[in-house]
Amino acid sequence: MSAAASAGVDRSQLPPLRRVPRFRFPEVTKSTLANGLGVWTAHHDEVPLTEFLLVVRHGAASDPVGQEGLAAFTTDMLDEGTGALSAIDVSEQLARVGAQLGVDIGADAILIGVSSLTRFAERALRLVADIVVQPSLREEDFERVRRQRLNRLVQLRDMPGAIAERAFVRLLFGDAPYGHTPLGREASLGSVTVHDIRAFHKRTFRPSEATLIAVGDSGHGEICRLAESAFGGWTGGEPPPDRRSAPLPTPARLNVVPRAGSPQSELRIGHVAVSRTTPDYHALVAANMVLGGQYVSRVNLNLRAEKGITYGVRTAFEFRRFPGPFVLSVSVDKAATALAISESMREISEIREARPVSASELAVGIAALTRGYAKNFETCDQLARAVAQMALFDLPDDFYTEFVPCIEALTPDEVTEAAARHLEPSRLTTLVVGDVDGGSQEFDRLGLGTPELVSPDSI
Amino acid sequence: MLLHEAHGCPIVAVNIWYHVGSKNETPGHTGFAHLFEHLMFEGSQHHDSGFFQPLQAAGASLNGSTNADRTNYWEVVPASALELALWMESDRMGYLLPALTDQKFVNQRDVVLNERRQNYENRPYGLASMAMLATLFPDDHPYHWTTIGEIADLKAARVDEAHEFFRRYYHPANASIALAGDFESDAALSLVRAYFEAIAPGPAVEPVRRDVSLDADRRIFLEDRVELPRLYVAWLTPAMFAPGDAELDLATDLLSHGKTSRLYRRLVYEDRIATDVSASQSSREVSSFVQISATAAPGHSLPELYDAIAEEIAKLAVEGPTDVEIERGRVQAETQFVQRLQTVGGFGGKSDQLNAYNTYLGRPDYFSEDLGRYASVTHESLQTTVKRCLHDARRVALSIVPTGRLDLAMPESAPVVVS
Repeated sequence: MSAAASAGVDRSQLPPLRRVPRFRFPEVTKSTLANGLGVWTAHHDEVPLTEFLLVVRHGAASDPVGQEGLAAFTTDMLDEGTGALSAIDVSEQLARVGAQLGVDIGADAILIGVSSLTRFAERALRLVADIVVQPSLREEDFERVRRQRLNRLVQLRDMPGAIAERAFVRLLFGDAPYGHTPLGREASLGSVTVHDIRAFHKRTFRPSEATLIAVGDSGHGEICRLAESAFGGWTGGEPPPDRRSAPLPTPARLNVVPRAGSPQSELRIGHVAVSRTTPDYHALVAANMVLGGQYVSRVNLNLRAEKGITYGVRTAFEFRRFPGPFVLSVSVDKAATALAISESMREISEIREARPVSASELAVGIAALTRGYAKNFETCDQLARAVAQMALFDLPDDFYTEFVPCIEALTPDEVTEAAARHLEPSRLTTLVVGDVDGGSQEFDRLGLGTPELVSPDSI
Repeated sequence: MLLHEAHGCPIVAVNIWYHVGSKNETPGHTGFAHLFEHLMFEGSQHHDSGFFQPLQAAGASLNGSTNADRTNYWEVVPASALELALWMESDRMGYLLPALTDQKFVNQRDVVLNERRQNYENRPYGLASMAMLATLFPDDHPYHWTTIGEIADLKAARVDEAHEFFRRYYHPANASIALAGDFESDAALSLVRAYFEAIAPGPAVEPVRRDVSLDADRRIFLEDRVELPRLYVAWLTPAMFAPGDAELDLATDLLSHGKTSRLYRRLVYEDRIATDVSASQSSREVSSFVQISATAAPGHSLPELYDAIAEEIAKLAVEGPTDVEIERGRVQAETQFVQRLQTVGGFGGKSDQLNAYNTYLGRPDYFSEDLGRYASVTHESLQTTVKRCLHDARRVALSIVPTGRLDLAMPESAPVVVS
């Protein structure tokens, strides 16, 4: 350590970890307009920006059977015009105040966000209110947008990751609400009419089902005034019908979407797991960090760092209102496909019992989740999206402030037990998108039975 | 060494730029700068194991990236872990080689080959950038190849070249450090001195300079596993921060940003001949380029797209932008600049911007002047720049067509080989 000594700093050991101050989420102030629209604000005055995020508590899971893609299609139609304004006019009005409209369709929610310099916030919000409350939903725009969305589906056929995602949710959920991605399918998009769009808009976009979140350098009173002036006249239609229901399918253990000539295999391994409301939430977040939620996770160290067969692998519990998937995602060198499957399944299986979460692994996972927690709440957008989660899943006001203490209190046993409760190796379904011979000896040795061929067209 | 205090969030960003990128490579050795970036995460003399582990355990997020001009590394840490980040960064700047073994080298080369397959070879239209760069820039130009490099070069790379590369480019004289966030400047500066001052500067790195021009239109095509053909049209444009650079950023915005933009409106909204269109400038140190790409809607052809794009460019070159477009461009630029100020670290955060200005211009305080470049664009300056730079006889047109459908390429296109 001669170099270390001459440098005047101690390189014989890393500096010790020092205490991190307790994180406190900004106060969220809540009001409700007379029409039922929630207005939630958080103050953030680092820069003169204001972000609005309208959260509607229905998403792609509310698509009726046979009309998969309706929620996203309807939302896509909102900025196609309102009142006398065409789609081009709407875009022009937003652009002139430098406002960026962003739309996200999830399984359980539609998020419509707009961010602008605070001096333009009122104009930006008014425009968003106009397109949400009174979109034109014109027939001619509808046909153009439908063609664009069908073209998008055509292009997704080129993308192995997208093929895998779409095929995998179909395998896990079938016709149940989470069995399709928001874009929907060719047949369902083809059969939707503009009347379906108008009806969906009417029953879904209702003030009592929505929350307007604002984060920026304005006060709560000012935001409420803007919200009242923009959304005060919004009334809703009839409430949506009950959630569709269908039994979950029992997929084959090994499924292959053939893709000749593919240099990489795109893999998904998982099963339907658990909902956001589970009391095991924090324990599962920690378990996932150890298993596949960070660079130094078990699966990434195994497949990337040790074996060098992938650029990266990750696992996730997708926490939703109803049980969502647990899924491992990885793209691997074609020649290593069977190896990647067996190693992934081994890791998922072993964390439950054979190789329980160790104290040191948990410490790393907890540190990664907690010590840098504050950096998740640096921008208006990050804060607004965090508040949106509160609105969406009815999280308590102190959820983010209490997150760190809750995670820190976890023990290795609790985390291992949660993993054991919610990971079921015998139920894992594997999907391969790639140029592989699923009938080969290598695949035979996986013991997953005869691979089921999935045609990309059936997705 | 740049310091910027920002006390809004109890975090600190550490950001280091090494002024080396794929432009410093030579033919036969492409992909090396990026491969080397991977090696920087594999341990150094006093911490000879993964770079991620101790930092993630301290709550850091971290990453690095390589482009044609530079390689950057960053950590965002809780304020109390600043010293750890400096320890780690200084150890790999000062003491990497004793820990850089052949085994690590070979392993990371395999990871990079995986990255290449995943992000280029197995991605639709993923080889477009290779074909375009190889045609815009001559064989021996430093922008002729992509950052990921050629497969044969990667396979031929050796660990001793990595040692040589490190000695040449990874030292204080070729680096810039920026800290931004919740710290006191005096204390932070003392820490940086303690950890970095003893590291010896290496040899000065000569700037890469190389004039380049296209003297004629070039047309090329590439087959790929895609459903819909796509057209790319590109022009060489002035270097980053040179006169005309800001004008072309605004020009590409008004051409393709949002539904109100000229090309979206024409190709997607009105004529409906394209499923999507985008235009952007890749601003680089030696020479930039503007690229427009559009995917043909089913039933429509690349020549239709080509003609429509050419017409819109010609119109902009003759008539210039409208007053509304200029005003819109300015407001959007202001908004984007303010948005970039929201984060202290990461790609594009304040510490990254400080290093960009410092590395490229030697002017870390250039932010306001940079915004001023966009505020001072006029109708006339934008029009003349478009006329001069997006010239109708000095373009490269790349057609990417479904395998076996050469008939869908632009007429008179030559095949292009990418490895």
